[in-house]
This record gives sequence, C-alpha cells and structure tokens, in this order.
Amino acid sequence: MITINHLCKTFRLRSGDVCAARDMNLDIHEGEIYGVIGYSGAGKSTLVRCINLLETPDDGEMTIDGTTVVIRSGRVFLREGGAEKPASEKQLNALRRGIGMIFQQFNLLDRSTVADNVAYPLRYTGMSRADIDARVRELLALVDLTDKADVYPSQLSGGQKQRVAIARALANRPRILLSDEATSALDPDATESILALLRDLNRKLGLTIVLITHEMSVIKAICQRVAVMEDGAVVEEGEVYDLFAHPVQPITKRFVQSASPLGKIDKMIVEGSPLLRVGPGGYLVKLLFHRDCVGDSLISDVSRRFGVNLNIVLANVEEIQGVALGGMIAAVEGAPEAVQAALDYLRDKHVSVEVIARG
Amino acid sequence: MVEFIKAIMPNVYAYRSRFFQSCEATLQMFVIAGLISFALGLLFGVVLTVTREGGIRPNRLIYRVLDVFVNVFRSIPFVILLIFLIPFTRTVLGTAIGVKGAIIPLVFGVVPFFTRQVEAALAGVSPGKLEAARSMGSGTMGLIFRVYLHEAVPDLIRVTTITAISLIGLTTMAGAVGAGGLGSFAINYGQNQQHQDIVNVCVVVLLIFVCFLQALGSFLARKTTNRKLFARTEK
Repeated sequence: MITINHLCKTFRLRSGDVCAARDMNLDIHEGEIYGVIGYSGAGKSTLVRCINLLETPDDGEMTIDGTTVVIRSGRVFLREGGAEKPASEKQLNALRRGIGMIFQQFNLLDRSTVADNVAYPLRYTGMSRADIDARVRELLALVDLTDKADVYPSQLSGGQKQRVAIARALANRPRILLSDEATSALDPDATESILALLRDLNRKLGLTIVLITHEMSVIKAICQRVAVMEDGAVVEEGEVYDLFAHPVQPITKRFVQSASPLGKIDKMIVEGSPLLRVGPGGYLVKLLFHRDCVGDSLISDVSRRFGVNLNIVLANVEEIQGVALGGMIAAVEGAPEAVQAALDYLRDKHVSVEVIARG
Repeated sequence: MVEFIKAIMPNVYAYRSRFFQSCEATLQMFVIAGLISFALGLLFGVVLTVTREGGIRPNRLIYRVLDVFVNVFRSIPFVILLIFLIPFTRTVLGTAIGVKGAIIPLVFGVVPFFTRQVEAALAGVSPGKLEAARSMGSGTMGLIFRVYLHEAVPDLIRVTTITAISLIGLTTMAGAVGAGGLGSFAINYGQNQQHQDIVNVCVVVLLIFVCFLQALGSFLARKTTNRKLFARTEK
C-alpha cells in the first residue's frame, strides 16, 4: 500500500543540520495497522509528513496506493507509465485528499461546529449540499457522535474531539489514515476508546493505518507490525509479537520493558534483585513461552517427570495480537543431570531457556 | 430643553449647525478612511503572513517590499505625514483640504498600523490547523479564507476595534490642518475663541463614540470566540 525507498530528509537549521530521515525504507501492506515508535526527535513525525507530502523529502521514492512519487533534490515528480513529470500543487493536493491524517492536538476549527468540521474536506469539491449533509451524518454515526453535530469543539472532551478529527480525516474515503500521536494528549480511557475505534475502522473499511507513537502500549494494543526509529533511521522492524518476544536493539528492549511486565525481568536481572538468588546447586532460568506453548501444565509436567523443583519467582502471560506471550523466571533445583534433562525437555517443547545464574 | 442647552453651553448652541457639520465630517472621514484602510490592511496583513519565511507561500521579494513600506510609514508621526502627503494628495484628488483631502493621509496613517495588527491576529492561528487543512488538500486560497480568516475572526475584531479608535484620534488631527470635523471645530471655535463649553462637548461626543466602538468590538469578539456569530446557543 505504501512503499518507501531511500527516503532522505535533512532540516538545515541555524544550529546545524538535523537528519530526520536517512535512507529510510518501509513497506506497509494494505489493510494493516503499522506502528512507528521512537522517542521525540527520532524522525517519526517527519516520516508521516513525507507520506502525504506535507513535508517535502530531499530524495527518495514512494509508491502510495498505486501512485509513484519520485523526489529528487527536494523536487517532486509523479511517475506515470515510465515518464516522470513535475508534480503541480494541484496534483499534490489531490494526492493529499486520498490520505487522511489525525493529530495529537486534534486541530479542529474552533469556530466551526462538529458537522462543519467534518464537512470541511467535502466543501468546494463540487459535491451538492444535500450529499455533503448525508455524508457528514454517515461519518458522525461511524464515530458515534451523531448527537454532537451542532456542538462546537470547545464543548467536547479530548476523546470526542479526536473522534471528530477521525470523521473529518475519513470524509474523502481515503484508503490510508496517518495518525500522528493521536492518543498522546488523551487520558487512558479515551486512549482506549480511540484505539478501539481505529481497530474497528481498520476492520470495517479495510483502512490502512500508519500510527506514530512513543508509547509501546499503543503499539501493543492495535498494531500488527512495527518499526522502531532512532535518529532518522529504522533500527528494528517486524511483527509486534516478535518484537515483544525477542527485542534485539537496546532501544527496542527499553520500549518493550515500558509496556510489558515481562520487561521487568530483564530489569531485575540487570539490577541483581534479591528475588533472583538461588540456593547452592540450583539454576536460575528465564523461560519464554510463545505462540502455542503457553501453559502451566508444562511446569508441573517437568517437575514430576524429572524430579526437580521449579520455584516460580516471577511470571507473566499477555496477549499480543491475539497470541499469548508468556515469560517466567524460575529457580530449578535438583540433581544436576535431572536439571539438565529438564531444561533440554523444555527446549524440545519450543520454550526458550536461558540460564541466568547458578547457585 | 433648548433653554437648558442654551444655559449650560451657549456657544455650542450658537454654533450648532457648525457643530453638526463637524460631527458629520468626522463621521465621513472615519467611515471612508476606515473602510479603505480595513480592506488594505487586511490584504497586506494576509500577504505578509502568507509570504513570510515559513509561511504557507513564502516569497522573499513581496515580503521585504511590504515589510519595509509598513515600517517606513509606521515610523512617521501622523502630523508630519499629513503635511508630507499634501502634494501627493493634491495630485491624486485635486485638493488637499476638506474631508476629501484628509482621506489619503488617514489611510497612509492607519494602514501600516492595522497591517501589523492583522499580522499579529493571524499569527494566533495555530500552525496545526493549517497543517490539518493542508493534509485535507486545501490550497493557498483555502488556507487563507477557510482557516486564517475564519479562525482569527475574534482577534481580527479586537484589532479592528483598537485601530478604529486610533483612527478617530487621527481624524481630529487631520482636522487641525484643514480637514474640518470635530478636531478643527474644537480648536477653531473652542480653543481659539476661548469657548470652553465647545471643547467640552467635543470631548464628550468623542468619548461616547469611542465607548460605543469598544463595547461593540468587545461584544462581537466575545460572540465569535469558539463559535460562529449568531450561532444557536447550545442547551
């Protein structure tokens, strides 16, 4: 749906050059919710703004919903049937209309009613007033704000404002929605309801969503795939589940820790928590269960089968994209051969086993 | 009633037709110069906002030229500007006196001031709103009329009120150099002939006018903040 190749963007500021995108490559599939996570200044906002060309990249190539845009030295060209023509402002505006966007600060017009805000992208497009009214009603129903049509934004809560912004972004029936920290200014309840709405729209309309955030919990809640950005580059990318199960880069580990109790295990190991001490001859192991092997019976099974004691220090199971991800720190004590055999058995059952300490 | 007026302000009564003519002249200058200045100031303010570096349609040349023009005319004191512009006014309008002769200096005096005020009002429109409108495919004109001028209405009303009040001040100054109006009436018939009641009445009339403008401006600004004018009040 969105393919980005070799995208570069550098801001030339008085204080020096800031590289917001260095040779960025991304492939976002149709109908998926794709997350982009990073700390502020990592270049995520620049990335989404390049997708709808609010920001003109320096160089690169993007194919967005079938339209190929080539940028060379800050000039935008459209590729049609092999030929490249400079893109006019009008063409770019038409392109932007095909991509919806929502923002952290909602950016509604304060002097327009909810209905007028939603109608904004439809006005002056040749659409009749009756058609606009009908479409606005339809959109407000979609975001569950039918009764607020004549209210002004100042009378709405943050979550409601974001719903209006979503309705407005979808007015032109875009197939792509860009979300720039859309839940970052909302309380936890509103965040949850907006994320649920996005997931719903993704399923109902087949909407491709590119979601920018600095909160891993948001990614965990609705994204299928995620790119981790640092300093203008994607440092790690993949299925959200895999990232949670096996974060590789230090920054990814930090994000995972922030959103998952499992992350605390790593933190406790680093900090040498007293909970993680084992008796003489014992092993302290970290077990990660994924996909199909989450289940407590495995532990008691091992305990019985090999005559070892498994003392669970810390355990957690959570669901990511409908798949369970479990992790555990356990002290294993028993005869050395029995412990070895028990750990081998667990590995056989696709549990990743890592010995953290020996007593 | 007439007896009462005669008793407390005999000179005003004696020169009453002059007084009404003066009120009319002041009002004429205010309305004509005001309307022209409003249109020009709004235009220039928008152009400066749009063409500045980082604006929605940056254009160095247009911005620099307009910026310098505004700065130059803003730094000339109005009384000097009045006499400075006499030859120009005479060439353009054929006369430099009376209400007609006062319009050009008034416009030159007010437009730079109002342009800066408009610029400040438009600067209050959050960049996020512009960005959102751009993401929905609005072009330059759409951004100007549907975002800038739409969202800045309460602030534009406020700065228009401030400018209108300072325009009244300028019309009386123009009166001092031959444009007529309440300013020259107060000087020629009041001050010069030592008729304090005439000066007093001029002060009161201007005071009432200014208060009325301020009240109207404040009312409209309040009525347009976060909503349309004449919007239905929400339950």
